[in-house]
Amino acid sequence: MKILVCISKSPDTTSKIAFTDNNTRFDESGVQYIVNPYDEWYALVRAIELKEKHGGEVTTITVGTAADDSIIRKALAIGADNAVRVNQEAKDAYSVAFQIAEYAKANNFDIIFTGKETINFNGAQIGGMVSELLDLPFVALATSLEVEGTTATATREIVGGEEILEVNLPIVISASKGMAEQRIPNMRGIMAARTKPLQVVEPVACEDLVTYESFELPAAKSACKYVDPSNMKELVELLHNEAKVI
Amino acid sequence: MSVLVYISTPNGHISKSAIEAVYYGSQIGEVTALANGNVSKDDLANLGKYGAKNVLLHASETEDPSQLSKMIQKAATSASADTIILSYDLIGKAIAPRVSAGMKAGYVPGATTLPDANGLIKTNVFSGKAKGLVKVNTPKRIIGLTPNSIPLVEGNDVATVTDFSEEIGNSSITIKEIKKQEGDILLTEADLVVSAGRGLKGPENWGMVEDLAKTLGAATACSRPVADIGWRPHHEHVGQTGIAIRPNLYIAAGISGAIQHLAGVNQSKTIVVINTDPEAPFFKAADYGVIGDAFEVLPALNEAIKNFKANN
Repeated sequence: MKILVCISKSPDTTSKIAFTDNNTRFDESGVQYIVNPYDEWYALVRAIELKEKHGGEVTTITVGTAADDSIIRKALAIGADNAVRVNQEAKDAYSVAFQIAEYAKANNFDIIFTGKETINFNGAQIGGMVSELLDLPFVALATSLEVEGTTATATREIVGGEEILEVNLPIVISASKGMAEQRIPNMRGIMAARTKPLQVVEPVACEDLVTYESFELPAAKSACKYVDPSNMKELVELLHNEAKVI
Repeated sequence: MSVLVYISTPNGHISKSAIEAVYYGSQIGEVTALANGNVSKDDLANLGKYGAKNVLLHASETEDPSQLSKMIQKAATSASADTIILSYDLIGKAIAPRVSAGMKAGYVPGATTLPDANGLIKTNVFSGKAKGLVKVNTPKRIIGLTPNSIPLVEGNDVATVTDFSEEIGNSSITIKEIKKQEGDILLTEADLVVSAGRGLKGPENWGMVEDLAKTLGAATACSRPVADIGWRPHHEHVGQTGIAIRPNLYIAAGISGAIQHLAGVNQSKTIVVINTDPEAPFFKAADYGVIGDAFEVLPALNEAIKNFKANN
């Protein structure tokens, strides 16, 4: 089974969020980049588990610059077999999806995994776009995936519960919490990752469909108003008269 | 300007977030709504109240993003729409990117405002810790509207409902089983949410959370540790890796307010934090704080709300 896992970088979840250059760029000073948690904990680990069970190969693909190589090595240390980086700064989701689709077209994968969303742009776009560009079925926000022969069985979140579905491979699937458990790379994995192949390919021409022009931080929250625990009547009045939420 | 709004109707029910998408669309241009499956035509005609002029109803009950993407693209052509709006919920998130790639039209996921005079749209980024201002570079655009972002205004009009029967291809996805979650109020749709964490010391103490939720007509939620140790079901977990919600009122008891939890709730309009520890970081994000024991505060708050409801 050939599996492609789309890997993106994101700032560590505890990073301070700030912007520079007149609020047009994310301030990277002091920011530690990690593999986007949904891509790593859920998509990549499940891909590796499926390979361990059924045999095959796990390839990661990242649209990014050489600065992304450290998070790609991390994915290789966790257990991916090889990696591809499309040498282009990732900005617009469509152009990222387009590069991934172009690579996938030439390489016949059985499963293309993405994380549910990145934790910096929260767009949840890549999986759906890749599936449309390749005309493949899309299983969005899946919490489990099993494969038997050429049939995949997945569980996915739906409004008010979950559903179990069957679909024939090849598919594109976005992984949500529950798909797998986080794996910490061991020393052997880290050593092996240094020599695993990381192929750099040049991008195919594609224009950006959207541009993030600028960013802003939310207005500072006014100080918390404290209410005495013995006076819940006051809290109810505040919620009714001041906050107007009840 | 013509606008197409896709209305998802899980279980034949038009969700509040879909109604918001219709109203939002009506502030941009003339709205044609598109729905599919088993849903009452009267309910669809009622979307006129929120600004829909026409409603197209496709008989297929499919939830397959591939088929829905085709259906939406064909409806957009038929309505000559240059703006397509979906709710940024579980269903919209699965379909909108496909429509965007299929039409090569720029997509703004998680929009929280109408386009400004220059067409720029604000959207949530960094898990709600910041906003981005997005410009669409293509003549057509797709907008994923964050639920509970805009207040609804009701009018008196009635929409015209017509059948829409374009070919949408076959689905390769077979639904085997659907498991419904327990509880009456969906967390993602709830205006009021009562949430609790490890401070409650055990699942047997959730009665007071549920009692308060019941009095308020609120949904219940929980923090990640509580879902991970199995005190509460995973679908109640709100936070960075759980679900993100933005109710009007979020009451958190016995939750310290780690940055990952805040990422899932920081868009709530009003936050009440109940904690014994005055240093709990959650107080910094709270509008109202109660430094006290949840075991005493929750029942007292429940009583106070009951009294309030009895007198109002």
